[in-house]
Amino acid sequence: MQALKYARAASVDEAVQMLRDGGPTAKVLAGGTDIIVLARERRRKVELFVDIKHIPETTGISYDSSNGLTIGAATPLYQIYGNSDVVRHYSALAQASHVIGGTAIQGRASLGGNLANSGPAGDSIPAQMALNGTALIAGPNGRREVPIVDFCTGPGQNVLGADEFIVSLHFPHPAAHSGSAWERFIPRNEMDIAVCNSATYLVLNGDVVTEARIALGAVGPKVFMVPTDALVGKPLTDETIAAAGEAAKATATPIDDMRGSVKQRKHLSDVLTQRTIRAAAERARG
Amino acid sequence: MVATDKPTYKVVGTRPIRPDGTDKVTGRAEYGVDTRLEGMLYGAILRSPHAHARIKRLDTSKAEALPGVFAVATNADFPRVESGTMSIGEGTANPVWLVDNLLAGEKVLYHGHAIAAVAAIDQHTAEDACALIEVEYEVLPAVVDVREAMLDTAPILHDDLRTTVRARGVEPSANRPTNIALHLRLEKGDLEKGFAEADVVIEREFETAMFHQGYIEPQNGTAWWDRDGNITIWTSVQGTFNTRDQVAAVLKVDPSRIKVMPMEIGGGFGGKNPIYLEPVAAILSRKSKRPVKMWMPRDAVFLATGPTSATYCRIKIGAKRDGTFVAGHAYLAYEAGAYPGSPVGAGAQCAFAPYNIANQTVDGFDVVVNGPKTAAYRAPGAPASEYAVEATINELAEMLQIEPMDLRLKNASREGTLNSVGAPWPTIGAEAVMQAVKNHPHYNSELQGEDTGRGVALGFWFNGGMESSGTASVQADGRVSLILGTMDIGGSRASMAMMLAEDLGLTMDDINPHVVDTDNVGYNATTGGSRVTFQGGWVTRDLADQIKAQMSARAAAIWDVPADQVKYEDGAFVGPKERFSFKEMAGKLPGTGGLITVSATSKRNTQGPAFAGHIVDLKVDRETGKVQILRYTAIQDVGTAIHPSYVEGQIQGGAVQGIGMALNEEYVYDDQGHLRNASFLDYRMPVANDLPMIDVQMVEVPNPGHPFGVRGVGEVPIVPPQAAIRNALHDAIGINFYRTPVSPRVILDELLPKD
Ligand SMILES: Cc1cc2nc3c(=O)[nH]c(=O)nc-3n(C[C@H](O)[C@H](O)[C@H](O)COP(=O)(O)OP(=O)(O)OC[C@H]3O[C@@H](n4cnc5c(N)ncnc54)[C@H](O)[C@@H]3O)c2cc1C
Repeated sequence: MQALKYARAASVDEAVQMLRDGGPTAKVLAGGTDIIVLARERRRKVELFVDIKHIPETTGISYDSSNGLTIGAATPLYQIYGNSDVVRHYSALAQASHVIGGTAIQGRASLGGNLANSGPAGDSIPAQMALNGTALIAGPNGRREVPIVDFCTGPGQNVLGADEFIVSLHFPHPAAHSGSAWERFIPRNEMDIAVCNSATYLVLNGDVVTEARIALGAVGPKVFMVPTDALVGKPLTDETIAAAGEAAKATATPIDDMRGSVKQRKHLSDVLTQRTIRAAAERARG
Repeated sequence: MVATDKPTYKVVGTRPIRPDGTDKVTGRAEYGVDTRLEGMLYGAILRSPHAHARIKRLDTSKAEALPGVFAVATNADFPRVESGTMSIGEGTANPVWLVDNLLAGEKVLYHGHAIAAVAAIDQHTAEDACALIEVEYEVLPAVVDVREAMLDTAPILHDDLRTTVRARGVEPSANRPTNIALHLRLEKGDLEKGFAEADVVIEREFETAMFHQGYIEPQNGTAWWDRDGNITIWTSVQGTFNTRDQVAAVLKVDPSRIKVMPMEIGGGFGGKNPIYLEPVAAILSRKSKRPVKMWMPRDAVFLATGPTSATYCRIKIGAKRDGTFVAGHAYLAYEAGAYPGSPVGAGAQCAFAPYNIANQTVDGFDVVVNGPKTAAYRAPGAPASEYAVEATINELAEMLQIEPMDLRLKNASREGTLNSVGAPWPTIGAEAVMQAVKNHPHYNSELQGEDTGRGVALGFWFNGGMESSGTASVQADGRVSLILGTMDIGGSRASMAMMLAEDLGLTMDDINPHVVDTDNVGYNATTGGSRVTFQGGWVTRDLADQIKAQMSARAAAIWDVPADQVKYEDGAFVGPKERFSFKEMAGKLPGTGGLITVSATSKRNTQGPAFAGHIVDLKVDRETGKVQILRYTAIQDVGTAIHPSYVEGQIQGGAVQGIGMALNEEYVYDDQGHLRNASFLDYRMPVANDLPMIDVQMVEVPNPGHPFGVRGVGEVPIVPPQAAIRNALHDAIGINFYRTPVSPRVILDELLPKD
């Protein structure tokens, strides 16, 4: 534990100002389910928490069929999987939000926190990438938008500059005849960190896959997109699904640690990719 | 009087709400860290980043100079203690090692070994000060594997350690340093002759990982060393007297000068017998002249409290073609951690206990390694050796083509057959449990689905006796205060109150149980060894007998009849003409010589051993290696269940901890001896939705050595799960595993093509 200060920002500008005044040891506080743990264990030096949960733009969910979905970066997960539009149109995101931590964690934890934490195993990140999300970032130089596929740059690293933070996350409306799915492997059923996670979004025209976005996590230094040449423009068959799984396995560059071995993670990259493709296709067929 | 057939009871066997329940559920109960005293300081500990190193320089001056710091303690602040052996609850220790473990002396012996402690105005300052302590290490090679530690070439932890040999015919080791602290041997019959007579001989090797008890509440301790030289300690431990005596030994203070206040305890499972913080807080209190509170963060709990031994076990069994076991040999090597004292002795006595094997030898080795000093954990020592035996028996059954439960039943230990130390078994439930397994609907149901399997295994545990004391005061309103000194971990206040109520013909609500500090009740050994309800039942019986005798005498005086004319029946004193209810008679006590207070101490050793049999169905996901437990049944001889819900709770809890060991839990060390998973995230105990309901079937074979037939129940249920699950995995996917835990990664390694 360390002694620290807490400040509540009422607006995006005020948050930026507080972060600026606080310097490098000022940290954004969303749900706190990552950062409070890190601060308490002294793995991060924090002198000031800037709480962004009370800024209107960073909380809440808005959806319409032309503009798609916008989620405030600090919106707690339970509101995300509890939202019927999210469940209907963004299944992968609903699934990922529903398993992070457990009920208690989901009352606090946010998508912005999960993304900004930029862990290679962050469970919502493959879903955010497969659903082609964009992060709206605010900072001393105003606002900018970054595709989520480009957000993380390495383990715990991302494109956020000094005093910048994520305001909201935007997801385009999914195409007709599309579906998405998310899955992870953990040795237990809850309260565990992914040995591998995967999300797939795909669009079908009849049996033919016209578009596919597959993201894999926990099997490389950051979550990454899997090449989909084996799938796109081809009919969805056991063979093409297996080929996509093979591509996932080939792209994965996992490490050996106490949470999983290289062999296990490579194998799971294949298995989970195939599983999310099948599940997404089932939803696409409606 | 002792129970033989099960009588009918009024209170025993019912399920009343526990007296401590409301406070616990509403958060009012006070646990160790809830202690808050005027002027209290907060303590923190600096721990070793190395598994094995010499401390070349230790400089605490910068920490002492930090504003807000009141005291710093190191090993040098302890008095010199003499080498010897003392009880630490469910095991023994040398006070010299106890001190060295509390704050390291010349060397650190494991990752997380405590080096220095700070008391400061708040927790943050204490932690900041720890970071200012300078330590210069000479890092030494570490050894974390039991078999490597036994090699002549292994790094040596203690230059003065020599092997104690308690094995007939084995030469004491050469006079040079070793990591093998003890070689013990149990022998019965003629092993060579036995194996020569066998038609079939099977030999298998097994390893079990190091497992932690995983109690929710971390270790804690608050101490106040007052100006008169007396020490008061607030702590949540399994035994207050046990803590008092250990603190006395390491601080060289008379035990009677130390008072230990019992705080509610959030789990122990054996791990809260040893001391970790209390004497350190006391030293800091003496130096700062303030009360000092300390508690462990979770990583320290994993790093530096006592898990159970990792083991290597080799089992050899010889059998006749008809299945009769004729010879058994067990070679058991148990890690002790940094200081001698693994539970290999108990593991050795339990290994073959369920079975009658005429010729057997068990060799046990207690081996130090660069890990935390192991502590008791639920049936300490038994899960590893019995897992190895139960797994071997399953393979033997397959070789002999005999149904696994039939093979076990054929060789079951019975009353009068000789156990591994050559003593005859008393009345035991081994056969009854095995028969109950065979007859259980679960065992006879059809297993459905692909890649599913069923396994069974048995378990044995001695159960402990040890010493308990209590005091009862009859109040004028007819209620009885019951003063206890055994920590209530699993509902023992309720069980004691129920047994006293039964004997007095009262209701549980008429008894008012309290657990009090070491100055206010007679001596009580630790809550452990499944002993508390057993010994406590003798105490309450003695208390009830005294109360009845004294109150009968008062009634006799009132009625002016000889004392032997007053009988106590159904909660009333009955004389030749009149009768008084207990309550009426209690109301007459103040006017007939005063209220009655009685005390009793019991140290009976007639505890009954416990047997358990578990049945498990599971399913393996061949693509991921993940195991789902589909159905689990735990059958156990409980003697008599005083409060059946708490007995079931014990059985379910033990089974779940065993399931954790079987599937995912384990200490993961790197080759330099750094613990890689000192957190609940990565230690991977089962969570609620990993488990089905654990069905319990209680078999009641009353212990003739107890007023109510109680056997201990808390420990034996942790014994069978590892083997039951391992046997079920074989049934499901045809693979025999020889190490626990069998995690998804391990399963996948077997299922995937080898590279
Ligand atoms: C018991 C437990 C279980 C968990 N289980 C899982 C799990 O299953 N899967 C999983 O992926 N994670 C899990 N986590 C980790 C954590 O809950 C998630 O990463 C969560 O999404 C973090 O969100 P938060 O709002 O709590 O982030 P915080 O802790 O508030 O912040 C995390 C980091 O991001 C920064 N940050 C937060 N919001 C923003 C923003 N809008 N802009 C810029 N920076 C920001 C913070 O400064 C901090 O560095 C678990 C944590 C715990 C304690």
